[in-house]
Amino acid sequence: MAELADAVLRVVLVIAAFLLLPLLVGQTEHKVMAHMQSRVGPMYAGAFHGWAQLVADGVKFVQKEDVLPADADRSVFRLAPAVALLPYLVALLAIPLGPGVVGQDFDIGLFFVLAVMGVGVIGTLMGGWSSANKFSLLGGIRVAAQLMAYELPFVLAAASVAMAAGTLSLSGIVEAWSPWWLLWQLPGAVVFFVAGLAELQRPPFDMPVADAEIVFGPFTEYGGLRFALFILAEYAGIVVLSALTAVLFLGGWHGPFPDTLGWLWTLLKTGVVAFVVIWVRVAYPRLREDQLQRLAWQGLVPVALLQLVVTAAGVVIVG
Amino acid sequence: MSLPGSGLLRGLAVTWRNLTRRAVTAQYPDALPELPPRSRGVIALIEEKCTSCMLCARECPAWCIYIDSHKDVIPATTEGGRERSRNVLDRFAIDYSLCMYCSICVEVCPFDALHWSPEFEYAELDIRDLTHEKDRLRDWMWTVPAPAALDEGAEDPKEITTARKAAERASEREGR
Repeated sequence: MAELADAVLRVVLVIAAFLLLPLLVGQTEHKVMAHMQSRVGPMYAGAFHGWAQLVADGVKFVQKEDVLPADADRSVFRLAPAVALLPYLVALLAIPLGPGVVGQDFDIGLFFVLAVMGVGVIGTLMGGWSSANKFSLLGGIRVAAQLMAYELPFVLAAASVAMAAGTLSLSGIVEAWSPWWLLWQLPGAVVFFVAGLAELQRPPFDMPVADAEIVFGPFTEYGGLRFALFILAEYAGIVVLSALTAVLFLGGWHGPFPDTLGWLWTLLKTGVVAFVVIWVRVAYPRLREDQLQRLAWQGLVPVALLQLVVTAAGVVIVG
Repeated sequence: MSLPGSGLLRGLAVTWRNLTRRAVTAQYPDALPELPPRSRGVIALIEEKCTSCMLCARECPAWCIYIDSHKDVIPATTEGGRERSRNVLDRFAIDYSLCMYCSICVEVCPFDALHWSPEFEYAELDIRDLTHEKDRLRDWMWTVPAPAALDEGAEDPKEITTARKAAERASEREGR
């Protein structure tokens, strides 16, 4: 009985985090992006500096008409937002906040999270294909090309950490972490972060949704709640990517204070990485498709492979 | 030749600098803007000064000024004298949906009946309501700032010189 209550509590907490954290990141993006562009951002919703802007947006999205294109592949079109969103919820389940503070500690947590994150992109692909719209299709194909290019360095960089820690368990990796990894695994961290950004189709890697050329890519035909789910998926993706970067490369719950406060450290590091995600979006223009591919194949993949060699050497010499 | 990636860092630096500085946004409906005193907000009319000479309406490139007037006969003040006639302004309206704020009417008015007011909050829900009649134009006259002071040592305005001369003549006549 106690086991069941424990499981239910964990799931409820993970769902609460899943509903709260992306909104927090979204609101931060509203305000931080505004101030980085010398604006003030939302100011009215919720009276104090527009804190309820995303709630208001949500209410608006719910009220909108549910439009289905005449030629759309209906069931796929309807299913796509869920396929895009749910993997991030599942991924969040496996990410540890502190020692023992985790939805479900898998022995192969890293493998699980990476596999599940790959599924998220399929949702966008489904939306692009089923919309019966040339812009959506173009966007979908770009998503596919981007996924192929960036999944490799993403996984290679993660594999480097797994090699260094000697385990695939996320908690195990954090426990094996020590501060000098910050230097040792630095190239891997950069590759992981950049490839993760590309996988989320965040600017400057938002070629698939490039609004100036292909309207809104795979989301062109979407409106109302389904569109909101896609956007929520993007922000949930930021949370998952930031949390993963924090756990794999920044030492998760390691910090100056006692281990009971460890979850706070993980959240803080996640927040800092999420801030960098927003910052990078504001500062850089969108990469062209060929630049995108060149960065992945000629930049990130060699660096990730090099990192693997360095890690292997480190493990053999030190361990 | 700069270091590769230095441009990327500079981009981050620029946005960071913006983040640490206060935004310049003016919270308009909550805080009114501080406009320069001679802002061209809306054209105000001193109805009493208008002689219905139609110069403004004719010069207007957008044809947005409507003037209706009729002649009024003033009976002779002395017996056998001549009757005088004067123009009475019936309607003076400016269609602000056409007006291009060129200020030509204000420049051309020989009697300084038209002035710029910094008032700008006269938006309407219907474009036809943007034609404002002379009552409204007269009301805006109260928002026109006083003319700038003359330079030190400048000649007095014509009105004052004439008035002073008339007063001097009158006092001389009395003293004689």
